[in-house]
Amino acid sequence: MIRVAVQAAAIDVGAELDLHDAGGHGASASFVGRVRGDGGLVELFLEHHPVMTEAGLGDLAHAAADRWQLGALTLIHRVEAMAPGDTIVLVLASSPHRSEALAACEFLIDRLKTDVMLWKRETFGDGRVTWVEAREGDAVRAERWAR
Amino acid sequence: MALTISYFAWVREQMGVAEEVVELPVELADLTALLAWLAARDGRGALAFAEPQRIRAAIDGVMMGPRAPLVGAREIALFPPVTGG
Repeated sequence: MIRVAVQAAAIDVGAELDLHDAGGHGASASFVGRVRGDGGLVELFLEHHPVMTEAGLGDLAHAAADRWQLGALTLIHRVEAMAPGDTIVLVLASSPHRSEALAACEFLIDRLKTDVMLWKRETFGDGRVTWVEAREGDAVRAERWAR
Repeated sequence: MALTISYFAWVREQMGVAEEVVELPVELADLTALLAWLAARDGRGALAFAEPQRIRAAIDGVMMGPRAPLVGAREIALFPPVTGG
């Protein structure tokens, strides 16, 4: 089962895990990304594309399912306004084997940073508003999965 | 040829619109030529596309490189490198 979502509503990690685990899997790997409050950040806004963001997540999910033996895959990205501590991304990958679950989870988080149409805008307590710049290190990590 | 161009993140802010329908000169062959044309068109374009190497693009929903041809394109999205995750 592949579940992909782009949503402005809060991600309910517990409910998503229950849904994901309904089939019963040998090994489940998870990644939960949260908004950091560094430097006095008060809001993180995620801009997205109305069609291509979800399509990009779907492409990545199917690429992972083709590459590893997975029983279930959940890939959810939050968009629009968030506060420090909020969950911004959730990746759940399950497989009969732990190595496949862990590899798929890492692949998905690495590649969604470079392949999916999402842009972060930070607002700080002193009024500064800045668009986050893409990091070279993210491209290098994503490139490791090329084959 | 008429097509829709949509802008995202700081490219959208600098262009002042989320999308527009434009009539492109037929001689514009590829994305690189399109960015140069937008930069030359007005002050907003000059600001947004001053550094074309910072711009990424998708044609009809597919990410494309700077030499991708415009022929047959209906919708082009222009945006900075993505920063999700």
